[in-house]
Amino acid sequence: MDVLREFEQHNPRALARAISRAEAGRGGELVRALYAKAGRATTVGLTGPPGVGKSTLASALVRDARARGKRVGVVSVDPSSPFSHGALLGDRIRLAEHFTDDAVFIRSMASRGHLGGLAGATADAVLLMDAFGFDLVLIETVGVGQSEVAIAELAQTTIVALQPGSGDSIQVLKAGIMEIADIFVVNKADHPMADQLRREIRSMMEMQHWSGWVPELVATQALEGKGIDELVAAIERHALYLNETGELERRRRDAFTHQVRQLALGRMERRLDRALEAQPRNGLDPYEAADRIVTELGLDG
Amino acid sequence: MADRPLRIVIAKAGLDGHDRGAKVIARALRDAGMEVIYTGLFQTPEQIVQTAIQEDADGIGLSILSGAHMTLFPLVVEQLRSQDASDIVFFGGGTIPAEDARRLKELGVREIFTPGAPLQEIIDFVERECGKRRALAS
Amino acid sequence: MALREPRDRPKIIDRPAGRWARKGPGAGALDRTISDVPLKTVYGPADVAGLNLPEPGEYPYTRGIHRNGYRDRLWTMRQFAGFGTAAQTNERYHFLLEHGQHGLSVAFDMPTLMGYDSDALQARGEVGKCGVAIDSLADMEILFDGIDMGDITTSMTINGPACIALAQYVAAAEKKGISRAKLGGTIQADILKEYIAQKEWIFPPRPHMRIIVDMIAFCTREMPKWNTISISGYHIREAGSTAAQELAFTLADGFAYVEACMAAGMDVDEFAPRLSFFFNSHIDFFEEIAKFRAARRIWGKHLREKYGARNPRSWQLRFHTQTAGCSATAQQPENNIVRVAYEAMAAVLGGTQSLHTNSMDEVLALPTEKSVEIALRTQQVLAYETNVTNVVDPLGGSYFVEALTDEMERQAEAYFAQIADYGGVIEAIEAGFFQREIAEASYRYQRSIETHDRIIVGVNAFAHEEAEPIDLLKITEETERAQARAVQDVRANRDADAAARSLERLQAACRDPKDNLMPHLIDCVNAYCTEGEIVEAMAAVYGRYTERAVL
Repeated sequence: MDVLREFEQHNPRALARAISRAEAGRGGELVRALYAKAGRATTVGLTGPPGVGKSTLASALVRDARARGKRVGVVSVDPSSPFSHGALLGDRIRLAEHFTDDAVFIRSMASRGHLGGLAGATADAVLLMDAFGFDLVLIETVGVGQSEVAIAELAQTTIVALQPGSGDSIQVLKAGIMEIADIFVVNKADHPMADQLRREIRSMMEMQHWSGWVPELVATQALEGKGIDELVAAIERHALYLNETGELERRRRDAFTHQVRQLALGRMERRLDRALEAQPRNGLDPYEAADRIVTELGLDG
Repeated sequence: MADRPLRIVIAKAGLDGHDRGAKVIARALRDAGMEVIYTGLFQTPEQIVQTAIQEDADGIGLSILSGAHMTLFPLVVEQLRSQDASDIVFFGGGTIPAEDARRLKELGVREIFTPGAPLQEIIDFVERECGKRRALAS
Repeated sequence: MALREPRDRPKIIDRPAGRWARKGPGAGALDRTISDVPLKTVYGPADVAGLNLPEPGEYPYTRGIHRNGYRDRLWTMRQFAGFGTAAQTNERYHFLLEHGQHGLSVAFDMPTLMGYDSDALQARGEVGKCGVAIDSLADMEILFDGIDMGDITTSMTINGPACIALAQYVAAAEKKGISRAKLGGTIQADILKEYIAQKEWIFPPRPHMRIIVDMIAFCTREMPKWNTISISGYHIREAGSTAAQELAFTLADGFAYVEACMAAGMDVDEFAPRLSFFFNSHIDFFEEIAKFRAARRIWGKHLREKYGARNPRSWQLRFHTQTAGCSATAQQPENNIVRVAYEAMAAVLGGTQSLHTNSMDEVLALPTEKSVEIALRTQQVLAYETNVTNVVDPLGGSYFVEALTDEMERQAEAYFAQIADYGGVIEAIEAGFFQREIAEASYRYQRSIETHDRIIVGVNAFAHEEAEPIDLLKITEETERAQARAVQDVRANRDADAAARSLERLQAACRDPKDNLMPHLIDCVNAYCTEGEIVEAMAAVYGRYTERAVL
């Protein structure tokens, strides 16, 4: 299959294969050809610890977007097995009602085993969905660690979902999630400890200095569809803020710079590794060795 | 191409909720290094095939224990055909009498595993058949 | 017939005992029960230090709930049956009753169990396959045609739409002039284990708990001979759990129902005497016996001490047993007859009140009449020839069985503590706790078969080169078409206004937690509303459940 031609003819199998190539670290050619078509989609990141109902929230957001005639892409990043490169990806289940909707495309990704790095593969997948013509691209990740932060940075708006009565949620708050959240969602808001969680989020926010956007806090019961309108409204307010303040352009620039940096760094690392492997540089002190190799590779100055 | 793991959709169709076998197979394929996309219960043939397409799966494994296999397996084969996706390796398992298994294989189901089939046999099958498909596709 | 030796371990045939006998304690599967409980070579007084056994018929009933065991009353032989249309199953019921079976046990097909009518899109390929299709009162009337519903007892294995099936049963009997107060039997209605293991749910857990409380309250008031709920570990075990998990999760479900009824203002002694249980009897002989004994003891203690029940009937755990479907093999199916016999004996030595023995071919298809007969005969041989029925709890006091009983209780209590940490059974379901524990256990078990740490005769050892075909019962496509036509006829020929009005009243009752749903359901059924229509009406108020993936 000529993936690029089929992609341009809007064949979903071509999009699926294009994403596979990106996952294998071979997405460059396609991204180059399709880059100009991207940049129209709204991108929303959704992260939080396991079990807080992220997939249910995602499903509710998809439903809302579909009701307003938008086409939606979802990238769902699931953890891989720590013992093998294999992965069990089960987050689609909550999205089952959208499986046969032509205007919804869902792709699961494992969090490990990407030659170009997870963030790189996800960035390509989002770009490809954008270029394919989706109006909204949702990026769903589990947990809040380094890689999730990197993924969150891909999105224009990042939602951090938490749930009451869960130790994980408190840990997430303490782990410095403040910086990446544009919107906090307290899901399962009918839980007796929901108010307490809200208070904790507020008090953590008070300890920060905010310039510009102050994260909003939305209470939802995603299973019952409660609070979704409010969440959508908050996303729209954030989008408006990004547009009006020029922040959107700045974020795009940052994300672009970030990706360029990642791609360049990856290549440089591989060159460096090859050079080191080829010539171990015994007998030199590490500073001298580093000086020489940087010079050899033409990276000094 | 071994630059990324095989991707396999493990699916439960129809109304039967016996997911013990499906989950055991899913884990075994995972431990063999594959990326396994589990659809959850009660999927229609249409949903299963859409999932396989969007996930760019190399194979679909369908588990049915309710006796509806002679209806649901052919529907998946038909869907794959109509979506121009018959290259995806479609295999299945469940309480399927030998005679039915033969008929299903004639219809285009690549292999039927019945209760007691060793996990390793299933893993070997998936690696071999889906590996061949990968080699052809790229 | 050529014998194939076990894969990679040809020694087993040469020296069957060698590999196992050489192993030291704790090293291999034979040093452990099928549920991974470590076993010693021999047990002695030190293993049962402080053992204080009650007499049979005495609290906490470790040794049984009856003083004279089976001498006073044999267990009920109850074979689960149902397939195709109501008329086909009715014929099988007449056959079973003529051959000496004591009670009936209805197996419904998947669409009925999931709340869909036979002509629904979701039902395609499934009608009449795993059981009988019952769409409306019309089918229930045919199912019990020529059977005296006031004389037999009936067990109905249905959960999501159990309240509808019960309403249909009551309505069918009353149309024959038999009052509901005379009806004896059991309806499974155990929804919690559906979320945990069997996955035949319709509504979300919280609203469904209200349905169950309504059913229990209704039966307590109007059906004094009916066992309101059968709290089931069978399906938890079939999903791959260990014996201890089956025990713990089932009893935890039981406690959850007790708490729900008490929270609704019922007195524990009003309803607890008519709660009953349903366990699996797997192939690990002594472990199963220990599990049954531990179940009685735990239930007794909790009901008396924790829930404050004063009526001894409330403390007594009564249970039905079915031999383990998951222990049966598709290979050399005749071997299953032997497995079933051992499993049945474990259930009887464990003191079961009723028993279903699986047919040898159930792993392949619905059982044939011949294999059903062998299964029933297996129970009759056990009851009338082996003489195991003459002495109550014959293994009581065995160092090994008592130690294993204690171990089962200890593991169950540890699980209760974990469940409490989640905040209760529903919370633990929502967190995927049970599902994860079971998935882990079933994967461990499957691995042990793969590695030949565990031998399954005819599967990973002593296998034949080729399978010999056996006769199987087939359900035709025609069944599905006929049943779909029948339900359409029912809808066309009833009083449409009366049906619609009854559904509206049901919906109003769903919104009003003070109004018991059962009388409204009986009205709907009498108006010939179909099961699918009733479920649809209720789901409009309660919503439908979806599971999060637990892998």
